Amino acid sequence: MMRFLLLFSRQGKLRLQKWFTPISEREKKKIIRDMTSMVLARQPRSCNFLHWKDLKIIYKRYASLYFCLAIENQENELLALEVIHRYVELLDKYFGNVCELDIIFNFEKAYFILDEFLMGGEIQETSKQMVNRSIEASDMLQEDDNSDWYEVELFG
Amino acid sequence: MSPSVPLQEMIRAIRSARTQCEERGVIQRECAAIRAQFRQSDNGGRSHNLAKLLYVHMLGYPAHFGQMECVRMIASPRYSEKRVGYLGAMMLLDEKQDASLLITNSIKNDLSHSNQYVQSLALCTLACMGSAEMCRDLAPEIDRLLRASNSYIKKKAALCAVHIVRKVHDLGELFTPAARSLLAEKNHGVLHGAVVLITELCERNQETLERFRKTVPDLVQIMKGLVISGYSPEHDVAGISDPFLQVRILRLLRILGRNNEGASDAMNDLLAQVATNTDSTKTVGNAVLYETVLTVLHIKSESGLRVLAVNILGRFLLNNDRNIRYIAMISLQKIVGTDHNAVQRHRGTIVDCLKDQDASVKRRALDLSLALVSASNVRSMMKELLLFLSSCPPELRAQAASGIFNAAERYAPSQRWHIDTILHVLTTAGGDVRDETVPNLIQLITNASELHCYTVHKLYRALLTDISQQSLVQVACWCIGEYGDLLLRGECQETEPVQVTEDDVLDALETVLQSHMSSPATRGFALTATMKLSTRITDNVDRIRSIVSIYGSCIDVELQQRAVEYNALFRKYDHMRAAVLERMPVIEKNSPGHTNGESTGEPIKDIQTLKVKQGEPLLPQQPANQVCDLLDLLGGSEVTLQPIPAVGGTAPGLFTNTSSTTGGDLLDLLGGLEPAPPAPAPTVQVYEKAGVALTLSCEKQSDSGLTVTLTASNSTDSDISSFTLQAAVPKSVQLHMKAPSGDSLPARGAAKVTQMVVLNNPNKVNLKMRIRISYSSQGSAFQDTVQIDSFPGLSAAGH
Repeated sequence: MMRFLLLFSRQGKLRLQKWFTPISEREKKKIIRDMTSMVLARQPRSCNFLHWKDLKIIYKRYASLYFCLAIENQENELLALEVIHRYVELLDKYFGNVCELDIIFNFEKAYFILDEFLMGGEIQETSKQMVNRSIEASDMLQEDDNSDWYEVELFG
Repeated sequence: MSPSVPLQEMIRAIRSARTQCEERGVIQRECAAIRAQFRQSDNGGRSHNLAKLLYVHMLGYPAHFGQMECVRMIASPRYSEKRVGYLGAMMLLDEKQDASLLITNSIKNDLSHSNQYVQSLALCTLACMGSAEMCRDLAPEIDRLLRASNSYIKKKAALCAVHIVRKVHDLGELFTPAARSLLAEKNHGVLHGAVVLITELCERNQETLERFRKTVPDLVQIMKGLVISGYSPEHDVAGISDPFLQVRILRLLRILGRNNEGASDAMNDLLAQVATNTDSTKTVGNAVLYETVLTVLHIKSESGLRVLAVNILGRFLLNNDRNIRYIAMISLQKIVGTDHNAVQRHRGTIVDCLKDQDASVKRRALDLSLALVSASNVRSMMKELLLFLSSCPPELRAQAASGIFNAAERYAPSQRWHIDTILHVLTTAGGDVRDETVPNLIQLITNASELHCYTVHKLYRALLTDISQQSLVQVACWCIGEYGDLLLRGECQETEPVQVTEDDVLDALETVLQSHMSSPATRGFALTATMKLSTRITDNVDRIRSIVSIYGSCIDVELQQRAVEYNALFRKYDHMRAAVLERMPVIEKNSPGHTNGESTGEPIKDIQTLKVKQGEPLLPQQPANQVCDLLDLLGGSEVTLQPIPAVGGTAPGLFTNTSSTTGGDLLDLLGGLEPAPPAPAPTVQVYEKAGVALTLSCEKQSDSGLTVTLTASNSTDSDISSFTLQAAVPKSVQLHMKAPSGDSLPARGAAKVTQMVVLNNPNKVNLKMRIRISYSSQGSAFQDTVQIDSFPGLSAAGH
């Protein structure tokens, strides 16, 4: 299974964190520090795989963001690279040419998309279209929700 | 979707803060506002507030006051609020927080909600942070959803079940029937979830695994469908149809086929088909191929298939993509033990990877290359490895050097080649080799008697070039000392001889002695070598005398000691000098596990043989041996001298730092022998009460010295802490207690505490000892005293 997914910028600022096992806040902070320092120290043309404690760390840089995924030892590293790529494609489809600012200002959407793609450390849905459709439907549900409230407000 | 304006404004405000301090100020104000909003009753902006708090939390600031708000939001009827509430629960609550239990009921209700997106929120949250209790509570619900719902919910329920099984292993039984029937679904998401669930169940329970073996034909069928079927737009990734599902199925097949002939046979054809048909131009294809290779290598596959798998790995080694080369090497490393010949076929490519730019790839290539060295390819492999050593990154040097030594030792085709190889390593990476290398090399050199001339010439040349590599210099000094006469003779068959004079050689040694680059150990070697030369050269003995006497007042105690003794050899014992400094006999190789203590067990017997049997050559295996002989020497005994090894010379056969052992021997010379008795000392139990036992063993160190070892153990069911021992002895006996190994005794004898006590009984009184034991167990303190009147291994009188 996957243990955690982190997104951080070139300066080491965290943009998204998803943890698939229960970890204390202190431990989380330590892991984030370790990951950012390890990944940011890597040479530009090196291998995308690292070893850290008993986990394999797969990282990939997309524009100004580093995607860092930790998997257990029996998982397939090359597939993990594909998982990261799939998530980026989903974000790209949703935001239209996604950039770091989109993820900063709409972080909760990034989480919602992630929660339709991965769950409990495993892949939930292997079809891009299905994930997109689910997100759109959830968003529409949220819209209806808001508009109800808005109408109530308007008519006292 | 309308953006959450207050949230985005806050984010903008935080980002525009120019200093950390300013940012903290903004955040504090916002948090105060959010707290105030939380306290108010239902207002329209609740989801915005919680979202703001979650952003602040991601920046690293405390957000625990939002936990109750999450609980409230989850219970709200509005979807937008539920959504953010569940997100907050996943970020702020984990199973360790008490508040997490409060959402169990909400989750339960939402699992049966009419709207599938609400159900999905509940399922997602449960799979993310569900504690064991929550899982037990809600497992039947999940099982119901696994059987009767639409595919959107089924796939989520399957992964939720996976989480439940991970948390509460016993519940695996509950989900097994549903998991089996899910394999018949067509929806890929559900299939994927089912395969993950079955994998989890099989990994945890052997019986379940046996039962699921029957599904192998179904899995093979599904895989075939994916591999052969035409283009499916929904699941296609670069020409591969649903690679994620393919990889999961391959992994499940691996688990089911392990150690089982029948299952392995059933999947043979499929694996061959996947291995040959999968397009390997993109990473996706290679991911599937990689998983296939892993599966083939772990089940009982036929040899043709195995060769195919290893060849795929060989092809990976040639891939442009660094990641794929790395993967190939890791996999090859795992199978180099079992499929050695198959991996040997790719040796050339692996050796080429030693020159790769990437450090991880280099490291893997080094490991693999060392594993592939064999008797037939040792010469060519060593050439490559030595080339690698000269240009490898510093963190890999030590590993490479020791790997080369091991390989050379096992497969050396000739002694000269072996010596050359070691010398090459010492010249290139002398600073990174282990300490044992020097005695090992010396032992090797003495064994190759016909190569002494060649070796000393090579080493002399190396010494002239560079005296910074300590190991090399030490070996060179030793050789020049031993075989200096061969060097001066000026003729050599194996290599070009040098024309040196005695002065040249002494110059070289003096340079080493005086250089600030030489370590104290190296200078010791150089001084001894100079001394040995006094019997091998004819003209410059006076020069040696003066060198030796200068060092008689050296600040370094070790050097001073040696110099003083050599001076004594010149002055008072000149008639013995030749015999003392004779050539060393061939050294027998000791096993690596030989410790200093064990080897010094011999000298006691040897002294006696020395006095009784004369004319017998002594083997220089233990340093104390030399010490005893020297004692006899200086004590003026009438014993005729046998060829006794050089005083203070290196102690070959010892696998510890040379300088400390020789220093120790000479100190022994001045302070008396310390033969450690080889047999284990007898132990006796002296105290046993309330589950705490104390045993005692003692060893006689000298005429009046005694070391007592006390060992305490705890056989009760509770741990003991603050365990201390105090001892008292009769007045004339001196007592020194060393530090105990610890002060806690875990329950049921899991570990012991030992403490050494050194006693000195010069007046030889009747030895008694009183010991007070104090410790705390289960919160209360205990104390007890015991008197020991007789010690095991000693006579009744105690000495």
